Amino acid sequence: MGNTMLEAAQHQWHPIASSEELEYRHTFHGQLLGREFAVWRADDGNVNVWENRCLHRGVRLSIGINDGTELTCQYHGWRYANRTAGCTYIPAHPADSPARTICNRTYPAVERYGLVWSGEAPQGDPPGVALLDGTDVLSLRPIPVNADLETVHRQLTAYVFQPNEGLDGAKAAVSVETSGDLSIGLSSVSGDCKTQAVFFLQPVDSDRTVIRGVLAGMPAHKAQLDVLHHHNERLSALRERCEAEASQLPQPEKLQPVIQPVSEELAGMPEQSTSGRNADLRVKIARKWSTAEGIAGFELVSIDGQLPTFQPGAHIDVHLPNGLVRQYSVTNGPGETQSYKIGVKREPDSAGGSQCLHDDVREGDVLAISEPRNNFPLRRDAVKTLLIAGGIGVTPILSMAQALYHTGLDFELHYFAQDDSHLAFPDILETLGDSLHTHLGLDPEETEQCLEGLLADYQPAMHLYVCGPGPMLETTRHTADRLGWPDQAVHFEYFKNTHEIDDSTSFEIALSRSVMTLQVPAGTTIMDVLRDNGVSVPSSCEQGACGTCVATVLEGEPDHQDVYLSETEKKRGDRIMTCVSRSKSARLVLDI
Amino acid sequence: MTGCTDPTILNLWFAIGAEQETTPCIVSDTVLLEEDLSFTLDRVGQPLVWRRDARWPAGSVIDTSDVSVTLPVKQAYGYIWTCLGQPSADIFPIEEYDEPDRRNLNAASIGVNVSGPRAIENFLDMGHFPYVHTDILGVQPHTEVKEYDVEISESRDEIVATRCRFFQPMASTASTGGADVEYVYRVPHPYCSVLYKSSGQNPQRMDVIALFLQPVNQERVRAHMLLSMLDEANDERVMRRFQQTIFGQDKPILENQYPKKLPLDPRAETPIRADKSAVAYRRWLSSKGVTYGVIPAAN
Ligand code: FES
Ligand SMILES: [Fe+2]
Repeated sequence: MGNTMLEAAQHQWHPIASSEELEYRHTFHGQLLGREFAVWRADDGNVNVWENRCLHRGVRLSIGINDGTELTCQYHGWRYANRTAGCTYIPAHPADSPARTICNRTYPAVERYGLVWSGEAPQGDPPGVALLDGTDVLSLRPIPVNADLETVHRQLTAYVFQPNEGLDGAKAAVSVETSGDLSIGLSSVSGDCKTQAVFFLQPVDSDRTVIRGVLAGMPAHKAQLDVLHHHNERLSALRERCEAEASQLPQPEKLQPVIQPVSEELAGMPEQSTSGRNADLRVKIARKWSTAEGIAGFELVSIDGQLPTFQPGAHIDVHLPNGLVRQYSVTNGPGETQSYKIGVKREPDSAGGSQCLHDDVREGDVLAISEPRNNFPLRRDAVKTLLIAGGIGVTPILSMAQALYHTGLDFELHYFAQDDSHLAFPDILETLGDSLHTHLGLDPEETEQCLEGLLADYQPAMHLYVCGPGPMLETTRHTADRLGWPDQAVHFEYFKNTHEIDDSTSFEIALSRSVMTLQVPAGTTIMDVLRDNGVSVPSSCEQGACGTCVATVLEGEPDHQDVYLSETEKKRGDRIMTCVSRSKSARLVLDI
Repeated sequence: MTGCTDPTILNLWFAIGAEQETTPCIVSDTVLLEEDLSFTLDRVGQPLVWRRDARWPAGSVIDTSDVSVTLPVKQAYGYIWTCLGQPSADIFPIEEYDEPDRRNLNAASIGVNVSGPRAIENFLDMGHFPYVHTDILGVQPHTEVKEYDVEISESRDEIVATRCRFFQPMASTASTGGADVEYVYRVPHPYCSVLYKSSGQNPQRMDVIALFLQPVNQERVRAHMLLSMLDEANDERVMRRFQQTIFGQDKPILENQYPKKLPLDPRAETPIRADKSAVAYRRWLSSKGVTYGVIPAAN
């Protein structure tokens, strides 16, 4: 293949698989222009075309496991999400959430004429072929040929076949109807019978080409096998002619695809670093509905491209038209990457965040949101996981439950609510089978008793995740503590910090890495002081509940006022939430 | 004419065959660093290695005194070793090998279509146990690689990883449940690694498994394995079969790594904390200026 043709081919669409080759939960090994692809269909129908390399150690993802929502690498079990190809879980480090930027390279995919079309950087839409439009089509078995594109193209213009209805009839007259660089349309006529066919050429490498034939019109079911067989025979003969011809030519040089390096940031595996309260994404409300008494569901779709990968437990910041910023957990199951679904409870006595979403925001409206952040990551190495949710606290738990359910891990979800009508997202709950247990209408005392029962039997390698209203959360944490659950097995997320913040102290902070000493006066937060001095601090809730603004403490005694860190973590004193917490010592040295 | 021009690699000793499987005075053929070699043992069991010569085809009987030009040769750990360049140093020590109560055996010599450095990284890696050696060396959901220590020992010029622990189902024959098993890894040679594993029989001491890679070319190795075990119960066939099973599970994964050569550019792949030893190994290879079997980082 000449250089200019090769250049052009990179910007064209090519068939890389037939729709049939993408069998249920199978991963297909695609090839084009010297490049390999892992091609797989998720259960939602989406076709993924990815670079055929795990970002971790380069193992082919085409030998990975397609579970219908995610593709898992065979070597160390890294999981990559449908659509985004973002890594959602790294089993070697179960307590961490993978950096959002661990994301494999994806290629576009379009299904047309029974074929899956893709390309390195294709422009426009896949080619329309008038011959095949508006009719049923039958795709022939793909024929790989050890010959270059031009040789195969030349041979195909002389391809002779019989029309579907006249396989045994008189020798057909075959004429070329259309001819492009990468396809040839032929029509075969014998007596009254006529069949048109298009043969697409898939340049696998400089010396290998796959012929993908598509017949216009579906032969009668009984005749299909005969038709396929007929073409198989003739195309096999054609393959031999091509290969004989190509063997006379000088061996072309193999194509060398360029594999993009991973980002600088990943190569060193640093901490996640996003600064400030970002509102990077613009989303449209595709659907707004009442999912339970006083709880509205919102489905958010991107208006400009693919939404980033989320992990179970992740939340987004939603920037509201009235200027408020609120955090909502993503309730999605694994691989559900076409939209984010959140649940919003109407809080009558709130500052107006939930009211605005309930009353003013409508389907079709556009909102700014942050990328998903995960400060409530789910371990998947527990022998058993207990999920406990109270009221609207069910939202992050739903995402976790679906992930655990889908991977067949042992878990129970205990959902505390007022009554049936207050159970949010019944459509998701329905999918969880026997793992779901609801506890309705319990008063605080009964709730405590119930929790006591649930938490009675702690075993090593069990983990507990709790999200719900403050008092219930406290009860759960205390009960777990009393019943012997170690601190590191109890994971929780508060929606908000209801503690009164005392910001009357003043102290000094020293930044060890940036070699700066700053004063934090009463009434001002560490975060504000940092930002005023040009240090970027990522944040989300800015009230000590979400954990985004964490900093490492090297010296000094923090005055913790957040609800994010556990008691043990607070006692250790090596981390601080810069948005609300302060210092008991006159000086605090931070690793910033 | 050698295909390998990397002086660091050319000057290393490589194992090319097990003594036990070499019949004295019968010619065996092999390939090292793209170079065709022949070897045998003489009447008194001394090895000799020479560049392949049509006069002495594989399988033929040879009078070893006829071979006048030979390559440097050593016997160590049950294998015949040779060197195509200027052998610089002794073969690295494995002190445990000489302990009187150990059973030393050559477990296998298996061909794998991958570069040596990729195979060494696999040998150093615990994270794949639950996925690749399911129910044997690991089992889901116990996938965590706990913190461990890695250092490049200056005195010995080798990488040492200590305090490595990984959950193993049926950790010992005595217990039915799983437990953490302790490992120590050494990389004393760019193409060799030694692993110490807490022994089921004697908790104070460790079994030793060593991997000696013979690079056939940049993308193919023969992997020679040495076991030095405290195991008294199992017979050799069982121990051998066990190691061959383990290696057979790694082989298809290794052969599906792309590229086959190990990329030394830190941006080629995505390391995590669990890969500390691999990161150290890649840096160590870079610092030695190794180019054979790797894709050197662009400067
Ligand atoms: S190479 Fe894919 S998970 Fe490690
Ligand atoms: Fe292995």
